[in-house]
Amino acid sequence: MRFDLNLASEWIQPKSRVLDLGCGDGSLLEYLRDQRDVDGLGVEFEDLPIRQCLQKGLNVVEQDLDSGLANFRDNSFDVVVMAQALQTLHSPHLVIDEMLRVGRECIVTFPNFGYWRGRLYLTGRGRMPVSKFLPYSWYDTPNIHFCTVSDFEALCQEKNIRILHRSVVNADDRESFIASRLPNLFGVTAVYHISK
Amino acid sequence: MNKGLPADSVGIVEARTQHFSEPLTLACGRTLAAYDIVYETYGTLNAAKSNAILICHALSGHHHAAGYYSADDKKPGWWEACIGPGKPIDTDHFFVLSINNIGGCHGSTGPVSINPDTGKPWGPDFPSLRCRDWVATQRRMMPLFGISRWAAVIGGSLGGMQAMRWALEHPDELRHCVSIASALRLTAQNIAFNEIARQAITSDLDFHGGRYLEHSTLPKSGLALARMVGHVTYLSADGMGEKFGRDLKSGNFQLGQDDKVEFQVESYLRYQGDVFSRSFDANTYLLMTKALDYFDLAREYGDDPVAAFSHAQCSFLVMSFTSDWRFAPKRSREIVDALIAANKPVAYAEIEANFGHDAFLLPIERYLNTFSAYMDRVKREASHAL
Repeated sequence: MRFDLNLASEWIQPKSRVLDLGCGDGSLLEYLRDQRDVDGLGVEFEDLPIRQCLQKGLNVVEQDLDSGLANFRDNSFDVVVMAQALQTLHSPHLVIDEMLRVGRECIVTFPNFGYWRGRLYLTGRGRMPVSKFLPYSWYDTPNIHFCTVSDFEALCQEKNIRILHRSVVNADDRESFIASRLPNLFGVTAVYHISK
Repeated sequence: MNKGLPADSVGIVEARTQHFSEPLTLACGRTLAAYDIVYETYGTLNAAKSNAILICHALSGHHHAAGYYSADDKKPGWWEACIGPGKPIDTDHFFVLSINNIGGCHGSTGPVSINPDTGKPWGPDFPSLRCRDWVATQRRMMPLFGISRWAAVIGGSLGGMQAMRWALEHPDELRHCVSIASALRLTAQNIAFNEIARQAITSDLDFHGGRYLEHSTLPKSGLALARMVGHVTYLSADGMGEKFGRDLKSGNFQLGQDDKVEFQVESYLRYQGDVFSRSFDANTYLLMTKALDYFDLAREYGDDPVAAFSHAQCSFLVMSFTSDWRFAPKRSREIVDALIAANKPVAYAEIEANFGHDAFLLPIERYLNTFSAYMDRVKREASHAL
């Protein structure tokens, strides 16, 4: 399982009801079901990952996150997770509002655009960063709303969102001391546990 | 293996008839003293009887869902795309029961059967039916095989409505409910199309108030017209464009010529209507379309689909097709949203397809793959139940 999902799973209580937005192949939901007895539902938009979820026996519904979460009732889930999808949304801030409406707690992970290598790339070459973490060219990337750790925290402050936990993953796919001290510079992936 | 028949077919199948002499009280309050059910089965029932699947058919369907009646038979059952060895409803693993619903015209008791009280065909006097009546008669098939719980109840369109009704009425008798291209209830537009079809039939001079058999005639042109209207609504504009375009069957538009012009689509529709009018019973068509119109899953549950689904205990697979405007994806999403709100296990896929409502009958790659992926889980659970 991807390391950001591993971190996210630590914040999810056994037997809770979890909604995983952009659940991909369902790795997190499968882990949570098997290890934490979690009742989960995935939301996904692509054919192959939906099928992978079904093969794992997971509940998954096809839905475009950009069309909103109006079909989910207030506080109907204990935790709403959205891993690595924030930057692909047309209105990420509205989706976060919706996540906090639907779930008591939320977990959001995203690539930190403030990571030093990206900054160096842009400063040095004057071109949009392309890396093994973000391997797309500017014109064909699914990532249309990049933010940094600091940007995300500013949004949380603006919206009075409580940050319950924060973890950052470094380039070696680990938590590290330096990344946790200077997350905006050394974090590759940010993992936030938030609530209203 | 039968030479000539595809390897992924169940092969040669045979229809059987089961007579029921225990009276059945219907939703309309009337009672059928006795009735016949024609059915087919595919695959083998396991020792634990945990691998049984019930197929519920749609408006013009019947018991012949898969396979061929002989080695020379050109046309397989109506759901050959989905039922057979290695197919989503995998007959190497599942035992499949497919019946012709009462009120039908393919052998089960219906308007063309003889009314024992009069000695004449039931015709328009056949009791009106609801989905729940079909569920009741399907359920009476279970003891014949010793089945106490279906691995899955599966249907498309009107069949999906029956599958959902199963989930509410007999929650502990099915593990999975698969509802394809269906709806919680019909829209006004949908009822309107059904009424046009019914008017086409009843205004045929040969209809005789539904007693055409007693007059030794058939309202063929009315039924054909009903089918033509229905058929157009089961296709999509793009799909028809691709299949027929403006191609001509005969004639041309050259100046100075007065040949009768016939578009391919006209000829096709007339042919479809004609074939249907000779193989289907007009009273059955009226009865089935009314059952469709009257169906409202949540009516008895305070018109609240969430309250309705709160009675279900099975898992659900819901699928829809992008170009289906008769049972649009939006209708399936209403089912899914109610299931989510009722906290029921649900999977949903919206299949990109150009074939309108008819897509649920066709071998569309993503449809079959998604269906198979879900049915693998049904398979695993059926074998765990051994």
